[in-house]
This record gives sequence, C-alpha cells and structure tokens, in this order.
Amino acid sequence: MDRLKTLLFLTSVVILLCLPALSQTDTPLGLVGDAKPVIESPAGPPSVEAKDTKNDDGSAIDVSWQLSADDQRLVTKYQVLRSRSAAGPFEVAGETTKGQHTYTDNGVKVGDSYFYKIAAVYEIKSADSTSVTGKGESQVIGPIKPIAQWFNMRRLNVLFWLLVTCAAILFYIMQAKSGKELYVRKIAGIDAVDDAIGRATEMGRKVFFVPGIQDMDDVATIAAITILGRVARICATNDTMLDVPVSKSLVMVTARESVREAYSRVGRPDAFKEDQVHYVTDDQFGYAAAIDGMVMRDKPAAMFYMGGFFAEALILAETGNNAGAIQIAGTNQPAQIPFFVAACDYTLIGEELFAASAYLEREPRLLGSLKGQDFAKGLFLLAIFLLLILAMFGINWVTIMDVS
Amino acid sequence: MKREIPLIITFVAGVAFVLQYFIPHYPFSRFENIFSDWFAIVGAFAIWLGALSLIKLCLLNISKKSHDWPISLLIIVCFLSIVIAGAIDGFQGMNNTPATSFRDPGTNFDWLYQNVYTPLSSTMFAILAFFVASASYRAFRARNTAATLLLFSAFFVMIGRVPVGDYLSAWLPERMQLSHWANWLMAFPNTAGQRAVMIGIALGTVSTSLRIILGIERSHLEG
Repeated sequence: MDRLKTLLFLTSVVILLCLPALSQTDTPLGLVGDAKPVIESPAGPPSVEAKDTKNDDGSAIDVSWQLSADDQRLVTKYQVLRSRSAAGPFEVAGETTKGQHTYTDNGVKVGDSYFYKIAAVYEIKSADSTSVTGKGESQVIGPIKPIAQWFNMRRLNVLFWLLVTCAAILFYIMQAKSGKELYVRKIAGIDAVDDAIGRATEMGRKVFFVPGIQDMDDVATIAAITILGRVARICATNDTMLDVPVSKSLVMVTARESVREAYSRVGRPDAFKEDQVHYVTDDQFGYAAAIDGMVMRDKPAAMFYMGGFFAEALILAETGNNAGAIQIAGTNQPAQIPFFVAACDYTLIGEELFAASAYLEREPRLLGSLKGQDFAKGLFLLAIFLLLILAMFGINWVTIMDVS
Repeated sequence: MKREIPLIITFVAGVAFVLQYFIPHYPFSRFENIFSDWFAIVGAFAIWLGALSLIKLCLLNISKKSHDWPISLLIIVCFLSIVIAGAIDGFQGMNNTPATSFRDPGTNFDWLYQNVYTPLSSTMFAILAFFVASASYRAFRARNTAATLLLFSAFFVMIGRVPVGDYLSAWLPERMQLSHWANWLMAFPNTAGQRAVMIGIALGTVSTSLRIILGIERSHLEG
C-alpha cells in the first residue's frame, strides 16, 4: 500500500513538472526537433505587375501587387525581390509596410531586363531577440526593361507657359527693334537710383552696393550685376566713390570686370580701383557684420541692396538706416521683401529687380523684353481669374499638373 | 571675340539647361550634375582669389595706416589663426591611425569654431530681434491709410498668435476670436500677396534668362 502511495505521489510530481512544457505547445512559436522555431507563413500576393516608370531617364521601374489575403492577419511587411533572370537568384530591391501595394525600384539600369516577385513576410522576434520569418511569395513576372523617355509629359504645362512667355517677350523685342515706341510703367525705386547717387556726390560720401549672398549661378545675382554696371557708370561720371563688398569670389571677379568696364565706358578708367570691389567672407553673418562695421565707419550716403538676401537683409538695412543713407533694395526672396520695405526708402518688388537693368538702359530691345514680361503677367492674371470663376461654379475640369 | 565667346558659351549652356528640364533622356539627364560639378570646380579655384583680395586690402590698409587699420590687422590675425590651426590639425591627423580630420571634435580648429565662430555668428543672428523691433516701430506708424492698414493687420496677427489673444477673446464665438482673425489674415490676404510677388519673380527670372541666353542683356559682361 505504501509502495502504491509512493508511486502515485511520484507520478503526480512528474505530471506537475511536465505541465509547463506541455502548455508551451499552444504558443505561436512551435518547438520542433532541436528547438528550431516555426511560424505560420502568410499567403503570397495573388498578382504582381511591373512597368517602366514614365517620364524618367530609365532608372526606375514601378512595381505594384494585390495585397496578400493575410495582409491584416499575419503580414508585417512586403519585400520586393528583383533578379536579372527568372530562375533567380532574387535580391531584396526594397520593402514596404503592410497595406502598401506599390513600390518604385530606383536601383535599375536603363536597357537591362529585370524579373520581380513579391514576398509577403510575417516577421516576429523570438525569445532570444532573433527574427523569425514566414514568407509567402507571388509568381515571378518579367522581363521588364526600363526605358529612358525623350520628353517629360508631366512638364507639358510648364513648357506651354514658357513658350507663351517667350513668344510674348520676343514679339515685343521685335516691335521695339522696328522702332515702335513702347510705354513702360514708372518704377519709383529705379527712378531714385540717379537721385541717390547724386546725393552721395553732393555730400562727398561713398555709395555702397551689396550684391547679396548668392553666387553667380543665381539669376538675382546676375540681375544685381547688371544694375551694378549702371550704378558704376553714374558713380564714375560723378566721381563718386563706389564700394562693392561681396561674399562670393566668383561674384567679386564678375562685379570687378563689370565696374571696370563701366568706368572705361565713361572715359574714367584711371578712376577705377580694383579694391573697390572686394571679397569679405562667404559666411552669412560674418558678411553682415563686416558690412555693418564699414557702414558705421564710412557713413555712406547711398546704399543699394540687390540680389539674393536672407536673414541678413534686415541687419544690413537697419544699419544703413541708422547711418542715414538713402537705401534702395531689390531681392528675389519674397520673405525678405517686407523687411526691405520696412527699412529702406525704395524697394523693388517681385519682377522689378529683373526689370531694373532694362529700365535703366532704355535700350529698345531690353524695353521690349520688359513689355513682353508684363504682357505674360497679364495672361497669368487672366488665367488665374478664369480658373477662380470656374472653381466658384464647381467646374474643376482644369487641373494643375504635378511638375515634381 | 573677347565678347562673342562668352555669349556663345552662355547661349549653349542656357539652351542645354532648358532642354534638360524637359528631356529626361541621357545625356540631358546628366547636364545638371555636370554643370554643377564644373561650377564647384571653378568656385574652388576662385576662393583663392577672394582670400587674396581680402588679405591684400587689409595689408594695404595697415601699410597706409588707414583710419580702420587695427580692424584690418585683426582680420589678418584671425584669418591666419584659423588657417594655421586647421593646417596643423590636418597634418597631425594624417599621421594618426586611423587618419583624423581637422574638423573632428577636440582639434584646435574645432575649438576655434565652437568657441569663437559659433558664438559670434549666433550673436549676429540674435541682433536681428532688435532690428525687427526698430523696423516694426517705423513701419507701423500710422502715417497714411496703407500704413494704418498695416498697423491693424500686424496688431491682429501678433495678438492672435500669443496665448493672451486667446484669453482676451475667449468669450467670443470661435470664428470671432483673435486667433481666427490672425489665421485668416495669414492664409488669405498674406498668401495672395506672396503668390503675386512669386509669380512676378518667376516671370522676371524667365525674362532675364531669355535676355541673357539670347545675348540681348550684356551688361553683366561689359558693364
């Protein structure tokens, strides 16, 4: 009897010790054989499509697929697998999260053929932090060959408006060349250039010309250099000292040549000094600090700020204002225009900066381009107005194309 | 020929740049990178021109004992300090295993950058706040109708953007509260004005580019 009791006790102990191990068989991670985890594999995407990306240089393929039947239940991500042959081997070209069904593969070469398949992946971390995955793969599709296009159709609307603008400009240039008198509206800021330099001449003080902190690859800097040429000519004629501190070496070289030519054209090459156009620093606030120092020491009578300006715009303009200089500014940075309006006597707003050269020169062909520019602006206003009216009546058939 | 060659280069480069925007096919797709690389190379050489110009001007000021010659002396001392510190750190870094850069933390160059350049640069940026205040004071004086309109707009935008604005107008319906007025001013009149300016700038850019590409605008080449 005692032996039977002991046997029953030992059996109970063994069963109790085995219970935790038995309960583990109910977890998602099963232990099979020598403790290798196995998880359920999701169903693969039922269909896959791959096609050449439109409007590109042939460096991309768009891949899309139908979501796996287990997308919401098991799938944690999709892998886009790519190979140069249908038999493989396939490499992972990219991944998307669950619920996503498109991917643009930018890792392809124009002219080569590619095969694709999509793997729906169920991935979890096991107890020892290693990843355990189950995969369901789609069928292989291909070959797909990326092709480079000769025209980006998404930029058709840009081309249309560019051609309209260019046609208007060229038309008015031809009108001007044929001798037709063109009316150009008055721009107060540009009319004040002569007065500002005249004031400096009378006071016997310097004129400062600041061409912004952008390099020669910025159109605003080029526009600034064209205005500088005209300012330099007036300064040379009036024998007024012109000081041009610049923040880019290439701008210094270009501005120096422009000023040198301006002095030569009015017969004063001897009055030109190379150091009139001098480099200060590439650093934004270092440039502002240097000019502020020069302005407070030299007290110029006139200051021109033309070109690309950013946060230093107000620092410069306020210092010039404190020094009592008459100030004329123009920039292509819309965010800085209010600061110049607040701190300067005259501000060239928007396209006026680009009109300044033509306006000052009064050369017919340049004035023609100015007239064409205004005409194109009128067309844009008309188009915006018409689209606004259509939108108000719920007519949205005119859509603006994405030009990104 | 001295003037024709730059005009031809400008025309070819300008047309190529316009074409690459619309044609994604090779070789047009490479133009932007090629031009960008060339610009960087030319710019790198030109840096020496700028540095030499700066030193020459400062030395001239010192030799002439101009009224601001101590500042010129300071510029040269600062210039040489940072160049020498960078050069010493660079040479020392080459001997290290693995090689280190003069810009790495702990170098003399980095010390100067962190403790001299950065505070000075931050100070200049901070001064902007005071200049905004003084410029606003002048701009918001109600001298005429436009300035008065600007004053009222600025008042509503500023008070609508701070908690006290919400506190003062909390008793009003939501659409009448100051923050709503401020948002409306920024979203409609302000955006409309900004976009008008941007359209003008874009047109001016096209017009200027066309004048330069066609060689009608030459003043940047010949003064």
